[in-house]
Amino acid sequence: MESFLYLTLHSPLSTLHSPKLMFEFFTNIKVDWMGYRKPLIALSVLILLAGLISAIGRQAVEGGTDAFNLGVDFQGGTVITAKFKNQKPSEDEIRAALQTVGVNESVIQASTDKTDEVLIKVPLLGNVEGTQTIINDANQAADNTNSQISGNSNNQTPAETQATGQNNQVDAGRALVKRSLDTFGKEAEGTLSLGDDPNAAYKIVGTDAVGPVAGAQLRNQAVIATLLGMIGILLFIAFRYDWTYAAGAVIAVFHDVLVTLAFFSVFQWEVSLTVLAALLTLVGFSVNDSIVIFDRIRENLTLHRNRSLYDLTNESINQTMSRTIITGGLVFLSVLALVLFGGEVLRGFSLALFVGVITGTYSTIAIASPIAIWWQDKLGAAKVKQAEVQRTEKLASASRRSVSRRPIAR
Amino acid sequence: MKNSSLLIRTLIIVAVTLIGVYLVFGPRGSVEASDFSWDGIKNNLSENINLGLDLKGGSHLVMRVKTDDYLKTITENNREAALTAAKEAQLPVGDASSVAEINDYQVTLNVTDASKTQEIIEAVKKKIDFSSWTENAGDNAITWSLPVAAQKVVKDQAVTQAERIIESRINAFGVKEPTLQRHGATDSGQILLQMPGVDDPERVKKLIGSESRLELMKVDESVQEFTTKESALQSFGGTVPPNRKVFPVNERDDSAENNNDPNKQPSRWLVLESPAIIDGSEMRDASAFSETGGDSDYKITFSLKPAGAQKFGEWTGKNIGKSMAVVLNDEVKSVASIRGQIFDSGEITGRFSKGTAEDLALTLKSGSLPAKIEYQEERTVGPSLGADSIRAGVTASLAGLIFIVVFMLIYYRGAGVNAIIALVLNLLLTVAGLIVLDSTLTLPGIAGLILGIGMAVDSNVLIFERMREELRAGKSVAKAVEQGFDRAFITIIDTHITTILSSVILYMYGSGPIRGFAVTLILGLLINLFSAVFVSRTIFMWLLERNPNMKKLSI
Repeated sequence: MESFLYLTLHSPLSTLHSPKLMFEFFTNIKVDWMGYRKPLIALSVLILLAGLISAIGRQAVEGGTDAFNLGVDFQGGTVITAKFKNQKPSEDEIRAALQTVGVNESVIQASTDKTDEVLIKVPLLGNVEGTQTIINDANQAADNTNSQISGNSNNQTPAETQATGQNNQVDAGRALVKRSLDTFGKEAEGTLSLGDDPNAAYKIVGTDAVGPVAGAQLRNQAVIATLLGMIGILLFIAFRYDWTYAAGAVIAVFHDVLVTLAFFSVFQWEVSLTVLAALLTLVGFSVNDSIVIFDRIRENLTLHRNRSLYDLTNESINQTMSRTIITGGLVFLSVLALVLFGGEVLRGFSLALFVGVITGTYSTIAIASPIAIWWQDKLGAAKVKQAEVQRTEKLASASRRSVSRRPIAR
Repeated sequence: MKNSSLLIRTLIIVAVTLIGVYLVFGPRGSVEASDFSWDGIKNNLSENINLGLDLKGGSHLVMRVKTDDYLKTITENNREAALTAAKEAQLPVGDASSVAEINDYQVTLNVTDASKTQEIIEAVKKKIDFSSWTENAGDNAITWSLPVAAQKVVKDQAVTQAERIIESRINAFGVKEPTLQRHGATDSGQILLQMPGVDDPERVKKLIGSESRLELMKVDESVQEFTTKESALQSFGGTVPPNRKVFPVNERDDSAENNNDPNKQPSRWLVLESPAIIDGSEMRDASAFSETGGDSDYKITFSLKPAGAQKFGEWTGKNIGKSMAVVLNDEVKSVASIRGQIFDSGEITGRFSKGTAEDLALTLKSGSLPAKIEYQEERTVGPSLGADSIRAGVTASLAGLIFIVVFMLIYYRGAGVNAIIALVLNLLLTVAGLIVLDSTLTLPGIAGLILGIGMAVDSNVLIFERMREELRAGKSVAKAVEQGFDRAFITIIDTHITTILSSVILYMYGSGPIRGFAVTLILGLLINLFSAVFVSRTIFMWLLERNPNMKKLSI
């Protein structure tokens, strides 16, 4: 490809008094994008294959991880954020402490931005062999003591903590983690902060516990919302443009979501509810990108009735390239800021958008446009073009302001 | 003409901006001088914006009322009551059976004399409300089954009742500004409880879930006390008859003792007469106090509602000298012999600790839950973690924003100012919109805000790039501005509608955090049509008005 950056010192038409500088990128590019469609599509297929191999391979391998590193939002479980006062125990120490209370499968993760905090993730305890008895014990103890609610903070023993476990898994996770952490010293009680309680060694500052039912519910809701969102987009684009464009845009969106998921599977980044929000964001972003180019194709079709769709698509992509690069670049940099400064809670979101912004821009050129063209060719280019022109004329006249149809001199 | 339209546009913009500034930074209530100081503004800002629990800290609990259990209990109670009613009327009935499975709840009463079927039905219906059940009278049996639609109604009532009871419990506990509402699908039986500022919800959870079934029962004095459950059962030949209950005695509420050995069995078992004389539903008031002042020496006094008091008074009058047991959650807390007629008050001695006694009194007062509840989801964010999230989110947003501002100024120069005004206005009005809708700003909401800003930038870029194209094509500045906006507007509308559409679907089908994201994004996009298109265009119009023959545009 030819050089992309034209930083032209553009003196405007009337070069009168002070010739002003005008920064412009990508003004006069003439790239045959559609000619590159095969290698581009091949690249996409390659990435998707990598994702597929990762997803299937991980599940197939004995003792391997799952296809996705699902967060507690979707598979249930408990995440505890604990803040330590003096010496933060090492990950191995915490893991060992958890094993003594029967939690063998745990993920201990040091917070990336705060050195005194640690995230402890334990799965749904019913699924872990060996902890069942402990939960039963906890439940039994809870039953035996019926209304034992310790309001007295001075004599809380691990045994009492165990007893505070209600008869279900949501509570068992927190109770067990607390019990294991109590081996490092006691927790700051009640509303006291870590600094206010001189005897405390740590404090649980955050809990996310999701039971199996709620997890399945959130997962189903997420999938349904995403699919319905895509159907909505499909219908809207079909209404505003044409089914061929709608198909192109939606396949491109699917592609983006899948590519992002492929990254999440390959690198085992955690998929949580915020990642879902990010996926939906990138759906919006990707469709936006497609629409900007489709809009230009539609406009160019009315201006140059006798040129081929192939050429017009290339030209439309080239004409909007400056917008694509600037918007894409700015969004990309804002997302970069999120990745760098957004903290632990936003990490999944930021990473998903980071990948998504790139693929969203790329897929418009590599996926959405070629599909739209290909399909229209299949349908018989001439006939479709005619229909398209009529349709766009109707649309243009329907739009609130009249639009000049004079060809733009290039 | 053009002048007046410009004036109107300017007035609209100024008015909207002022309203936005007032909503976001203005005081609620009377205006004071301090409201114009830096601290006053910051204070107003934090009061006006409703932060979500993930940002300000607090506890978010999703619980489910086990409505199936509730239906099961109702079915079984009805079975017993129907049998008793028919027997009391001395009608020819055999035994009764019931089915209580998901979606299938039936009570069957076997009739030994088919000619009396109608009489039995009448006798039963006098005592039991079977109005929502379908009746099916055969020759040998009468079956009442609860239709699925009626099941839903009953379940719904159970959840409503649970909601009310939970509300009174958390209010009595002193949780500040709790939100309690139904959650999930209509028949999911789920209740969402949000408690701002609560970072250790264990006690509240325990309190909400505790059952506190209080029963006052007569001790069966024809048999003695047993040391094990098995020996008590043996005295009945293995099975306890329906009119008797065997409960352990556990006077001392000493949890540590029990916990050290969860398998330890109580050593005293009593046989009590069932049904209870009165139960917790007759309770009017209950309070905890200590006679000695010792911390582990609390007891609970209670008083009864008039109907219960009447019943209790009658019964105690007839049974002076007999023994009565106070049974709490199937454990005998105390046994007392009745010295005289008691009407409306009594006490439960059990050597409770202060906290236990207070919570117990509270649950007794609020009534018992219709069915057990289970927790399905808990999210608790400590205030410090929430504050860190805000800081991280705001830092990231600001970093992104500053970069965008600098870039737009360098790349689009004069027009970049338009873009920045549009961005700031977008941010201001979106937050104002959240305040108007009384919506909370959550972490995903901040993400939505950032995406909204991204879309605002995109709109500006689309417009400016288009104007540059028109300028390059040799059009006059006025024409280029007009056509730049007109052409870009079509694209902007299309992109915005698509995103709004998918956000609306997200809002409709998503759950809490996703909704927060959708709301801010929808607001941001709607406002963007105003700030990026209307406001920005007005600024260009204003420039052209001052210099109609402008030869070049700073863009």
